[in-house]
Amino acid sequence: MKIRIKFSKYGTMKYIGHLDMMRFFQKAIRRAGIDVKYSEGFSPHQIMSFAAPLGIGMESKGEYMDIEVCSMTSTQDMKEALARVMVEGVDIISVSVLPDNAKNAMASVAAASYLLQRKEGDYPVNDLAEKLQAFLALEAIPYTKETKKSVVELNLKEGIYELAADGSNAIRMMVNASSSGNIKPGMVMEAFCSFAGVEIPAGSYQIIKLETYTENAHKFVPLDAV
Amino acid sequence: MRKTALSEEILLQVEKPARYIGNEVNSVVKDREDVAVRFAMCFPDVYEIGMSHLGIQILYSMFNSWEDVWCERVYSPWTDLDQIMRKQHIPLFGLESQEPVKEMDFLGITLQYEMCYTNILQILDLAQIPLLATERGEDMPIVIGGGPCTYNPEPIADFFDLFYIGEGETQYRRLLDWYVENRENGGSRQDFLRGAAQIPGIYVPQFYEELYHEDGTIEGRRKLYEELPDVVRKEIVTDVSDTYYPLRPVVPFIKVTQDRVVLEIQRGCIRGCRFCQAGQIYRPVRERHVDILKRYAVEMLQSTGHEEISLSSLSSSDYSQLNELLEFLIEECGQKHINISLPSLRIDAFSLDVMRKVQDVKKSSLTFAPEAGSQRLRDVINKGLTEEVILRGAALAFEGGWTRVKLYFMLGLPTETEEDIKGIGELSNKIAATFFETVPKDKRVNGKVQIVTSTSFFIPKPFTPFQWAPMCTKEEFLEKAYQTKKGIMEQLNQKSIKYNWHEADVSVLEGVFARGDRRVAKVILEAYRRGCLFDSWSEYYKNDVWIQCFEDCGVDIGFYTTRERSDDEIFPWDFIDCGVTRQFLLREWKKAQAGVVSPNCQEQCQGCGAGTFECGICPTAS
Ligand code: SF4
Ligand code: SF4
Repeated sequence: MKIRIKFSKYGTMKYIGHLDMMRFFQKAIRRAGIDVKYSEGFSPHQIMSFAAPLGIGMESKGEYMDIEVCSMTSTQDMKEALARVMVEGVDIISVSVLPDNAKNAMASVAAASYLLQRKEGDYPVNDLAEKLQAFLALEAIPYTKETKKSVVELNLKEGIYELAADGSNAIRMMVNASSSGNIKPGMVMEAFCSFAGVEIPAGSYQIIKLETYTENAHKFVPLDAV
Repeated sequence: MRKTALSEEILLQVEKPARYIGNEVNSVVKDREDVAVRFAMCFPDVYEIGMSHLGIQILYSMFNSWEDVWCERVYSPWTDLDQIMRKQHIPLFGLESQEPVKEMDFLGITLQYEMCYTNILQILDLAQIPLLATERGEDMPIVIGGGPCTYNPEPIADFFDLFYIGEGETQYRRLLDWYVENRENGGSRQDFLRGAAQIPGIYVPQFYEELYHEDGTIEGRRKLYEELPDVVRKEIVTDVSDTYYPLRPVVPFIKVTQDRVVLEIQRGCIRGCRFCQAGQIYRPVRERHVDILKRYAVEMLQSTGHEEISLSSLSSSDYSQLNELLEFLIEECGQKHINISLPSLRIDAFSLDVMRKVQDVKKSSLTFAPEAGSQRLRDVINKGLTEEVILRGAALAFEGGWTRVKLYFMLGLPTETEEDIKGIGELSNKIAATFFETVPKDKRVNGKVQIVTSTSFFIPKPFTPFQWAPMCTKEEFLEKAYQTKKGIMEQLNQKSIKYNWHEADVSVLEGVFARGDRRVAKVILEAYRRGCLFDSWSEYYKNDVWIQCFEDCGVDIGFYTTRERSDDEIFPWDFIDCGVTRQFLLREWKKAQAGVVSPNCQEQCQGCGAGTFECGICPTAS
């Protein structure tokens, strides 16, 4: 049976990297006594898939992980069992049973929404809401992505589905998060800064992932709504 | 919500911020208002190493099982954070409360190896505690040292208010009670220390002075107060089945060296290998009841969620209930997909059978530790392993499909000759030859056998029969390593043998600390001031700086390492009573020189002195 678990990550847990979160959950699943399915072979491991890695420093209210179990009583029991073995900074939000033919969490991801909350004070932008609107109305939003190996010119426009101010100290956005066109919120902010002619250091706002979405009949729906 | 001592900016800048945030599963957070004593428990090395240490987990769970005590963990900040903390004057903090160590009542530092000595100073320095015990004010934590290096605490005596000699489970309650009582009575730090010096196992170095002869050897000790003990006797848990055990050990977020449940099956060792300090200071051997261990295993796997379990002891093959315990674990763990990581067992039919069940034969290797290349020298060091046993074990293993062998030897042992060194290559070769004899060509997996021969340099340690032995110079060590290499290259099967050897510089330094006295402290202090830190990490070890510090402080390395010691020389550690007597050690030293072996505790009691604890394997046990 395939199970999808939705959880949040915040507080000091934002310093725990993706691989360590996987290790944390592997141990938590054992502590919770869940009858999880293991792979074959000499050193079997739990069958587990995370929707998308969350970078160190980011918080989330919509992380997803799939596991397979051999048996279970109810999703409610499993949720409670997991909740009992968590630490401060990780909450189990929901546990649901997936249809057998469902794609795994990682392959399902299409988009993600974020809140970029200033840590102190307002964003140093006059008329933040209007500026964001004007930015989103551009024909193209060029962005140069530099990695150690390459420099790629991107157009972010296609992948930004929503972008708006939330008061004067927060910005909300929904962007492409699929494996082919993933956009990081920091990239959007960089592009916006050069458009608005302001400087907003990456450390001055907290990025909180609000939800992870999949595409269902041409609509974005949260990953636990399939 | 949990706070962090370090700002977000710093945490996102340093390598592995998880080292510094606490919040791990099973870590204990209490309300500071509810406790009378706050104890910072420190392993002076990086988090991943410190977190892997069983002793700390034992004491941590013992302290926190007491309602009035809150024990937190502290590890050495890695070099990146070290720089930042110094620059920004951030005081070192406990992981649980994230509050400064200097605000706590005690700072306990475990001393597992000599090469951590500069890290002790880093801990004190970053905690903003004066480095010298005598310079600490009333409001500073009491700094306690524990662990194997306290069996010669003199080189670091200046930095500690007290040392706890022996196993921590027995006297800490009394020490903390006295601390609280003294505080309630309005007593001073000095009052506390004087009272503490009366508690068994507790040594307060500042109340004693070391006196020297003109030739630099020790004349004796002078104590400041009449009531102080002349001898400090080690503390020991007589019944290890009935004591504290960390059933809910802290589970780190990041991968650490020992990322598994650890079952300590026994303490001590029946074998008296004459170079081995652990074999003497932890006497007598005391086994933990197998039923208790089974229960611990189940509970700890449940409370941690670890996917692996291992056994811990000095010599697991000697545990009398090993068979029963392993059978239980194989059954229990197999169902739960838990790996069993085996300690190095004596290679025989039984252990090979167990290994086959829990490891992938193709990936695992066999370990032999003959320690010396010839039977003659193995008799000198009282290592019972014979060539015949090794070759028989190897043949059995090769038949079973193993192809990798690790061999451990020591260079520079007392009485060692060129012949003994040659023996290392010869023995390695014979093992390779055994492979080709036992395994027919068509059955050889990728056609070959891999033998890895490693040598370390022998360092004489206190409380061993070799405490009288001169140590080699660096040049002698390197020459011996060269000869070993040459000896291996001459062998027929040399292509199957890989040779590794240890650094010689760091061994010399370890030799000084191991048998050093109080005059060595100023060198450690000076080296720390000149930037020495993490000396056990070869990439950070600065040999030139150390050598210069010895010179500038006027301390002669050779006095501590290569010098011949007479039978009746007073050693810096002679005031400690670890059970084993000096007469016994001297007797063993003479027998070693005559090449005579001694039976182990199982075969025949040698009257070593540890029988006075009246427990464990000793005939005196009740
Ligand atoms: S077997 Fe020998 S080397 Fe090993 S712990 Fe015992 S005495 Fe020490
Ligand atoms: S008193 Fe005898 S049995 Fe006990 S540890 Fe010493 S030698 Fe071994």
